[in-house]
Amino acid sequence: MPIQIIVEKCTGCTLCVKVCPFDAIRMVDKKGLTCSGKQAGLTCSGRQAVIDLNKCTLCGACVPACKLKAVVLEKEDKSAPNPSLKDYKGIWVFIEQKNGKIQSVSYELLSKAKELAKKLSCAVSGVLIGNDLDEHLDELIWHGADNIYLVEAPQITNFQDEPYANILIKLIQKYKPEILLCGATAIGRSLISRVAITVKAGLTADCTELDIDPGRKILLQTRPAFGGNIMATIISPNYRPQMATVRHKVMPIMPPDKNRKGKIIRESFNSSVYASRAKLLDIVEEIETLVNLSEADIIVSGGRGMNGAKNFKLLEELAHVLGAAVGASRAAVDSDWMPYSHQVGQTGRTVAPKLYIACGISGQIQHLVGMQSSKIILAINKDPDAPIFKVATYGIVGDIFEIIPALTKKFKEILKK
Amino acid sequence: MDYLLSDEQKMIKELAHKIAEEKIRPVAAKYDRSEEYPWDIIKIIAEADLFGLFIPEEYGGLSVNVLNLCLATEELSRACGGIAVCYAASALGTFPIVLFGNEEQKKKYLPDLAKGKKVAAFAITEPEAGSDASAIKTTAKKEGDYYILNGLKHFITNGGDAQVYILIAMTDKTKGARGASAFIIEKGTPGFTFGKKEDKFGIRASSTCELIFTDCKIPKENLLSKEGMGFIVTMKTFDMSRPGVAAQALGIAQGALELAVKYAKERNQFGKSISSFQGIQWMLADMATEIEAARALVYSTARMVDAGIKDVAKESAMAKMFASDVAMKVAVDSLQIFGGYGYMRDYPIEKYVRDAKITQIYEGTNQIQRNIIALQLIKEMAK
Amino acid sequence: MNIIICIKQVPETTEVRINPETNTLIREGVKSIINPFDMYAIEEGMRLKEKFGGKTTVITMGPPQAEAALREAISMGIDEAILLSDRAFAGSDTWATSYTLSCAIKKISQFDVIICGKQASDGDTAQVGPGIAAHLDLPQVTYVKKIEEITDKKMRLERLMEEGFEIIETPLPVLLTVVKEINEPRLPSLKGMIRAKQAKIIAWDASDIQAEPSSIGLNGSPTQVVKIFTPAPRKSGQIFQGDTQGVVEKIAELLKKDILS
Repeated sequence: MPIQIIVEKCTGCTLCVKVCPFDAIRMVDKKGLTCSGKQAGLTCSGRQAVIDLNKCTLCGACVPACKLKAVVLEKEDKSAPNPSLKDYKGIWVFIEQKNGKIQSVSYELLSKAKELAKKLSCAVSGVLIGNDLDEHLDELIWHGADNIYLVEAPQITNFQDEPYANILIKLIQKYKPEILLCGATAIGRSLISRVAITVKAGLTADCTELDIDPGRKILLQTRPAFGGNIMATIISPNYRPQMATVRHKVMPIMPPDKNRKGKIIRESFNSSVYASRAKLLDIVEEIETLVNLSEADIIVSGGRGMNGAKNFKLLEELAHVLGAAVGASRAAVDSDWMPYSHQVGQTGRTVAPKLYIACGISGQIQHLVGMQSSKIILAINKDPDAPIFKVATYGIVGDIFEIIPALTKKFKEILKK
Repeated sequence: MDYLLSDEQKMIKELAHKIAEEKIRPVAAKYDRSEEYPWDIIKIIAEADLFGLFIPEEYGGLSVNVLNLCLATEELSRACGGIAVCYAASALGTFPIVLFGNEEQKKKYLPDLAKGKKVAAFAITEPEAGSDASAIKTTAKKEGDYYILNGLKHFITNGGDAQVYILIAMTDKTKGARGASAFIIEKGTPGFTFGKKEDKFGIRASSTCELIFTDCKIPKENLLSKEGMGFIVTMKTFDMSRPGVAAQALGIAQGALELAVKYAKERNQFGKSISSFQGIQWMLADMATEIEAARALVYSTARMVDAGIKDVAKESAMAKMFASDVAMKVAVDSLQIFGGYGYMRDYPIEKYVRDAKITQIYEGTNQIQRNIIALQLIKEMAK
Repeated sequence: MNIIICIKQVPETTEVRINPETNTLIREGVKSIINPFDMYAIEEGMRLKEKFGGKTTVITMGPPQAEAALREAISMGIDEAILLSDRAFAGSDTWATSYTLSCAIKKISQFDVIICGKQASDGDTAQVGPGIAAHLDLPQVTYVKKIEEITDKKMRLERLMEEGFEIIETPLPVLLTVVKEINEPRLPSLKGMIRAKQAKIIAWDASDIQAEPSSIGLNGSPTQVVKIFTPAPRKSGQIFQGDTQGVVEKIAELLKKDILS
C-alpha cells in the first residue's frame, strides 16, 4: 500500500481533506478505535481520514499537511539499487547555442554545476553540438567547464530534435555522466525529454533549487507544482544520469575565471546519427518593438485599472525610461488593450524579473502565479484591499494616473545621473 | 429555486451560461458603444446548437421547445440583453415558418436558420401601427404569380442584418383584421431596402431599423399559410415568443442583481462592507424574491406552451409584464447600490438599466399586456 | 486522417490556494478540468479532421473520474474516447506515463498525428509529449503554433521559439505538442453534450495494453518525490500612501540600486 493513514495517529481534524487537490480523502467513523491524539492533549473527533485509492494520484500534498504525521507515503523504490550506478561520474551541462550564440542559461548552469561538483568531487563537462563553435570554448571553460564534449558537423548547425537527441544519447551511453543539467528553454525541454525517455533516466523540469544529498550523494531537485502553490523535492536514485532542467535567470552566473583550463573532447558520429526526419526549413525572427518579456529584468505591467488601451502609453513611457518590458493582466488583454503576447499569468507567461511593477492590477491568483517569483514587486492600486498588496514588496495606494507619470519623471532623473 | 430541470435543460443552461461568461461578457461594453452587429457571437451561439432550440430536428434543429429557448435566452441576457435579443429575435422571425410554413418553405429556410448562417426578423410594426397593430398600411397586391409589396415597417429588431424577414401586410383592406397576410421575404430582394438604423438608448448591440418596400415583387410561394391569416400567424407567433422576451428581461434582472451583490460585498464605507447594512440587505432580498417570482411565472408559462395548452394568452402576458417590470426595478435598484460609480459608463450596471427599459415596451407594451390580462379575466368570469 | 489526442484531467489550479495560517494548500470544492493546453490540442485535432476527414480519438491516463474529461472532449466533437485506468498506474512519473500512453497508442495502431498540449498545469514538466514520441520512435515537433499545410503525408508547420518561430517540415506519422497561439478552442455544442452523455467510453487497464508491470506506476518511475512543502509565502511589504511626490521620492530611493544595475 503506497499510501496509508495511521489510524491511531489520526484525530480526524480534516486538514488533509482540505489540502487534497483530487478530493480523494474523506472522513469516516472511527468505530470505537482510539487515537493517540488523546494522549497528546488533542481532541479525537471520533472520525478518521480514509484515502480513496481510485482518486489518489500519490502527489503527497497530504503528507506535510498532517500535523500528527499520520499520513505515510512510501515512495522508495523497493527494487535493489542498481550496481552499475557507480560507473556514472561527472556533471554535464548541455550548452545551448542558437545561431552560433551561446545562451546565457548555459553559463548559469555551469556555475551551478561547479558548486554541485565540489560536493561530489567530480568534474564538470559541457556538451556542445553545432558547427564552427571553437570561438566559444574558452568562455565555457572560464565559466566552469573542466571538459567540453564537442560535436560539430554542417548538418547539425541548428538544433533539431532527433539528431541532437541521438548525439546526446550516444555521448551519455559512452561517457556515463551521473548528472545532466539543461536549460528549460524551448530547445532544452523538448530535447531532454526525448533523451531521458530513451536512456530511461529520471528527469525533473523547471527546477528552482538543486543540491546534493550529503548522505546518498544524489541530486536533490526542487521544483514548483500546482502553479507554484507547492514545492516538491524529487530524486532519481536508481537511474542515471539524473537529469534536470532549470529556467533562465533562476541560478546566478559566477564571474568567469580566465585562468581556468579545460580539455576539449571532439566526437563525431556516423551521418545516420545526424539525420532528422523533420526538416528545418527556415528560422523567422520576430523583433519585438518592446523588450522581450521573458528576458526582461524589469517589467511594467498594467491591469483593469488602466481603463483603456490608450492609457498603456503611460506604462510604455515608464518602461522606456527603465529599459523594461510591458506586461498585461488577463483583464487588459481580454479587453483588447494589449496583445496576448504580453499577458502575464496562469494562461499567459510566467516571469521572474528583478522588478515587477503592477499598475492597476488587483492581484487575482491567476495573475500572481505568473509573477510571484519576481524579486521585487511594486504594486500601485487605488484599492487598499487589493490582494496584490499582500505579496508586494512595496505598495502604493493611490491614483495610477498621477503616480506613474511622476515615477517616470523621477526615474528619468535618476538614470540620467 | 430548483425548477427540476431535465438533464438536457441543465446542459442548455450550462452551455448558455458558459457562452455568456466567456464570450459575451468580455465584449458587451464594446458592442454597446460601437452598435456593431455581433456576428462573431452569433456564430458561437450557432455552433453551440442553440439556434436549434426553436427548429424541429428534421430541419437541422434539436426540437421546438419554448422553455429551452427561455433558459438559453435568460443566460445570455445575464451578460448582455442586447446581444441576447439578436438571438431571441431570430426565434421570433423563425416561429412563423415553423408553425405555418409548408414543406418547401421549411426546407428552404429552416436549415440555414438552425445553423445560425442566417438570422430572421419579424416585421409588423409601422409608424402608425404600434400597439394598434391592425392599423398597418403596408400592402401586398396579388398580380399573377406575384405579390407586389409597398409600405414601410419600422423599429424592426435584427432589421438590416437579418437575411430572412416575416412581413405582415394587408392583402385585402376591406376585410379588416382578416385582411392581413404573412410573407417570407429575403434581404436583397429588389424593391426591399432598409431605412435608417435607429440610435437606441439600450440593447445597442442589436440593430433596429426601417424596412422600405417599393413595388417589391415576391413570388406567391412566399405567402405563409393562406391569405387573411396574417394576424393569426402573428398571435400564434407571439404566444411562442412572448415567454422569450420575458426570459430576456429575467436574465437582465438576474445579471443586474449579481453585479449588485458582488459590488455590495466589495464596497466598504464607514469601516465595513455595505452588504452588512440592513438597508442594502433588504433591497437585495426584495430584488431576489421578485426575480424568483418572475422566473416561476416565465418557466410555468413556457411549460404550458410546450405542453400544447391552447389558451396561454393571459399567462403569457402576465409573464412578460411582470418580468419586464421586475427587470426595470431591479436594474435601477442595482444601480442605486453602486452609488456614484453606478452612474459612470465605465461600470457595467448602467447598461442594464438602459437594456431593461425596452422589455417593458416591445412585443406588446405592458399596458397592452394588462389589457390582455384584464379582458381574459373578465371573459373567464363571465362564464 | 487518424488523429490521437492525449489529454490530462487536472485540478483547476486557480482554485487551489495557500492557507496563510497553516501554510498548506486549501482546496475548496476544486473542480477537475481538462488541462488548459490540452483544449488547444483537442481543437487542433478537430480542425484537422474537419479539413482532411478521418477520425479523432482522445485518450487519457487517470483515475476513473478522468472519464469526465473524456466526455467533455466528446462534447466538443471528438469521435472516440479511451480511458487508461488501473491502480497499477498510480504514482507514475512522466517516464511511466509516457510509456503507458505509448502502449495504448500501439494498441490503437492506426494514426497519422498525435497531438498533446505543451504541458500540464499541475506538473508543468512538458515531458510526456516528447516522451511518447521517444517510446514510439516518432519524429516530434514541440511548441507548434500553426499547422500550415499537409500534403502527401508531409506536414509543414510553425514552431514557436523564444525570439520568433521556425518553419519545419515533418513526415507523418508525427507527434506534436501545441501552444496557445495555435487556435481558439471551441465551446461544446448541445448536440455534442448530448452525445457525450450517452457515449460509451472505452476503458483499458494495464493488461489490455500489454504494459510491462516494471514500467508502469511507481515501479516504472525513475523519479520519486521525497518532500512536498509549501513555499514560504511572500510577505506583504511596505505600503505607501499620500502625497504623490512624497511617495514617488520614497519609492525611487528604495528602488534606486535595483534600477541602476
